[in-house]
Amino acid sequence: MTTVLETRGLTKSFFGVAAVKDVSIKVSRGEILGLIGQNGAGKSTLMNLIGGVVQPDSGEMVYQGQRYAPRSPADANAARIAFIHQELNLFTNLTIAENIFIEGFPTRGRGPFQFVDRATVRHRTREVLDAVGLDLSPDMQVDRLSPGERQLVEIAKALYLDASLIILDEPTTSLTTRETEKLFEIMRRLRDQGKALIYISHILADVLNIADTIAIMRDGELVAYEPAANFDVNRMISLMVGRSIEQLYPPRTSRPGRDVLLELRGISAKGIVENINLKLRQGEVLGVFGLMGSGRTELARMVFGLDPFESGEIVINGTPLKRTTARRSINSRMAFVTENRREEGLLMNINIADNIALVSLPQFARALMLIDQRELVDSASSAANALQLKSGNIVVQPAKSLSGGNQQKVVVAKWLLSQPTIFIMDEPTRGIDVGAKYEIYSIIDQLAASGSGVLFISSELEELMGMCDRIVVMSRGEIYGEFTREQFNEKDILQAAFREGEGVLA
Amino acid sequence: MSTIDDRVQPAAVNIALGPQAGAGASQRAANPLLAFLRRVLLSDYFILYLTLVFFVGASAFFPTLSAPGNISNQFSNMWPLLAVAVGQTFVLIIGGIDLSQGSVMAITSVVGALIFTQVLDAPTFDKSPLWGTLINEQGGILASNPNAVLFGVLAMLGLGALIGLWNGFAITRFRMAPFMVTLVSMIFFSAFALWLTASRNVSGLPEDFTRLGTGDIISVYLGPKLTPEIPRREILPFISYPMVIAVGLAVAAHIILTRTVFGRQMFSIGTNRRTSQVSGVPSGRVVMLVYMFSGFCAAVAAILYSARLGIGLPSLGSNLLLDIIGATVIGGTSLFGGKGSVKGTFFGVAFFVLLLNILNAMRLSPFVIDAVKGVVILLAALLDITRSRLINRGVRA
Repeated sequence: MTTVLETRGLTKSFFGVAAVKDVSIKVSRGEILGLIGQNGAGKSTLMNLIGGVVQPDSGEMVYQGQRYAPRSPADANAARIAFIHQELNLFTNLTIAENIFIEGFPTRGRGPFQFVDRATVRHRTREVLDAVGLDLSPDMQVDRLSPGERQLVEIAKALYLDASLIILDEPTTSLTTRETEKLFEIMRRLRDQGKALIYISHILADVLNIADTIAIMRDGELVAYEPAANFDVNRMISLMVGRSIEQLYPPRTSRPGRDVLLELRGISAKGIVENINLKLRQGEVLGVFGLMGSGRTELARMVFGLDPFESGEIVINGTPLKRTTARRSINSRMAFVTENRREEGLLMNINIADNIALVSLPQFARALMLIDQRELVDSASSAANALQLKSGNIVVQPAKSLSGGNQQKVVVAKWLLSQPTIFIMDEPTRGIDVGAKYEIYSIIDQLAASGSGVLFISSELEELMGMCDRIVVMSRGEIYGEFTREQFNEKDILQAAFREGEGVLA
Repeated sequence: MSTIDDRVQPAAVNIALGPQAGAGASQRAANPLLAFLRRVLLSDYFILYLTLVFFVGASAFFPTLSAPGNISNQFSNMWPLLAVAVGQTFVLIIGGIDLSQGSVMAITSVVGALIFTQVLDAPTFDKSPLWGTLINEQGGILASNPNAVLFGVLAMLGLGALIGLWNGFAITRFRMAPFMVTLVSMIFFSAFALWLTASRNVSGLPEDFTRLGTGDIISVYLGPKLTPEIPRREILPFISYPMVIAVGLAVAAHIILTRTVFGRQMFSIGTNRRTSQVSGVPSGRVVMLVYMFSGFCAAVAAILYSARLGIGLPSLGSNLLLDIIGATVIGGTSLFGGKGSVKGTFFGVAFFVLLLNILNAMRLSPFVIDAVKGVVILLAALLDITRSRLINRGVRA
């Protein structure tokens, strides 16, 4: 095996804190290197060093036998290192072919009569699409593709650019199980064709499954770097967190009560959800499982009053409502942790205290609407402390400076302050590390133990099975199955989600 | 490709702000000059410092700048601009823009004047659509009413607020772009003001009204005048009605912005509308009230200008848009929303008025002056971006 990229003692500090400390790894032709670590462990910085986004304080890199010191992402590009990010970099208003050739179209003619050689563009696009197993027209506009298909288009682009090293950063976050499988199949094929790949993911089982070698980072250091066969998920976790976690999920400390907090009666909106009936009881953690596009998020938005529904009613504490607004939902002590922290959960540029206080601002109003700033800060910091938020001065530090897990805690703290009894959480653990996930699960358990009802929406079945009292499965806008804790079984639930017989199970 | 060895990073780049400041201290010591410049650049008072430096520097070349008469005069130029810029600050903070402020000033100036003017002459105003019905040789609509000025002023403020409310309503209810809505209001109401007055200035305003623009509360005697170029009285207004009105408005706006629930909600909407909606911020109501306030501020400015000039001016504010937005942006309010302060706008207005004063003292042509204004506003926008970049570097490298 020939080494494609080797880092030797790479070190990079920010503000005197080492983000990457003396990291030496290498990845060879025909190898998939799995890179894991908690948020803030230094994975992103390492990738930014390789990608030329930042430059190392010391250490060096060797790429295909030559010293490699990229000063900008353009250098990494020129060296044929392809990055495929969680947030895709495709232009959705352009076609597949245009995206693949964006850096330079083949042309015919010369001077002012230089035309794009459309035939070659189509032909080459079809070739690379075939290579990633996508049977789509090169002229299809990217916004019509599913997230999984877009991911594959990115890989096709990397193939077109003849990348020798492909780095995939959390590529499966928004993919369905089937799409993930397909991605893995293509990654394996690329490996067999002699490409080098680096795969970064929070889903440890996936890394274990696909990687040949696994590198684990913690606090900027490489804590393990061995063949994948030497690992199991438990060992990976304990290396990542630096201690052993007995369980991935905290034990549930309470049982659901009898009182119904929230009831949905025949909620329908054409083409989105159909005839949804649901009861959430006091102290219950009710899971809603569904694939992308199953209508789970849309349903949550309707219940909270952000989107309209056409028929049916929402019954909150016995009061039926035909339509509702976010403010009314908040007043009836409902909370909604949305799936997009950045876009809908946080005010990224604003300080942590004001973020936490946002929902409950009216509570802090005194005469003339003047805010009792001291009480606001006190309340915000006690909420932050209750959730063990790791931050500096909450009145100064903006939300965007926090890690993903801590950002999510800010969102949860914001809602805790309004003392809700009905908690809707849409993908609350997406993109956060194992340690922070465990803390979010503990919060969910505490909420239930204190008598609140939690509607826990997720596409990670495992966490629902770990935390919920009951799971309902949504598929194409309908509820297609309900399972109580005793009936939990991965295969049955997935079958309901895929509508047995119609889908291929993972 | 370069090698690692020849790479030198400027020390100032990684110096932290806020929570990480301690960690950055060692780097700061490495280059105290850069660190100092950085601190000045990021200070809330940067524009104030700049204004003072500018003033002292320019005074060396143009001694008339620092003559008491000129200073007093420049202060009186500040107050109406401050009043209207405070409204624009609010609108920019919620991520909007109000292009209609100038025309609100025109229409309110004209309407107020047509209510309380004491005399109108037939040959100029018989082209007005109101001639003979509401206005005639005896003056405006309420010319004979002893409380005409009070009603007139209230009508001006009410009309300004109402136009603002309309802007806000159209923006929130019909989900139209603020740029579009306020552009249409700008064109419509300035045309309306010209139509009402047949494009004539309305003079003959009662003294009760003009006092609002010129009256002094405390004046200072500074001796006989020294330079004949500047026409001025020997007694200079120190604390004047316009000052009290504009500063009062600014202080109230500052408190609303920094101390109230409403102010927090404004910043939240300007930073992220979707997060605000999910969090139950009544964004429609806040946006409508902010545009209403913007119209109200424009009406206050119209009162100050009209009273100072002693006429109702249908073209009032028509060239003011650049000054308003320029002063606000120079004061550190971001055109992208979510950032800004009344204090900054105050400094921005001072800077802008001083700039105009200097440009006038240089006896440049109005075209050159406009061009320079444009460049300065561009630089201010650039400064805004540089500052946020510096702050971001400090927070997340």
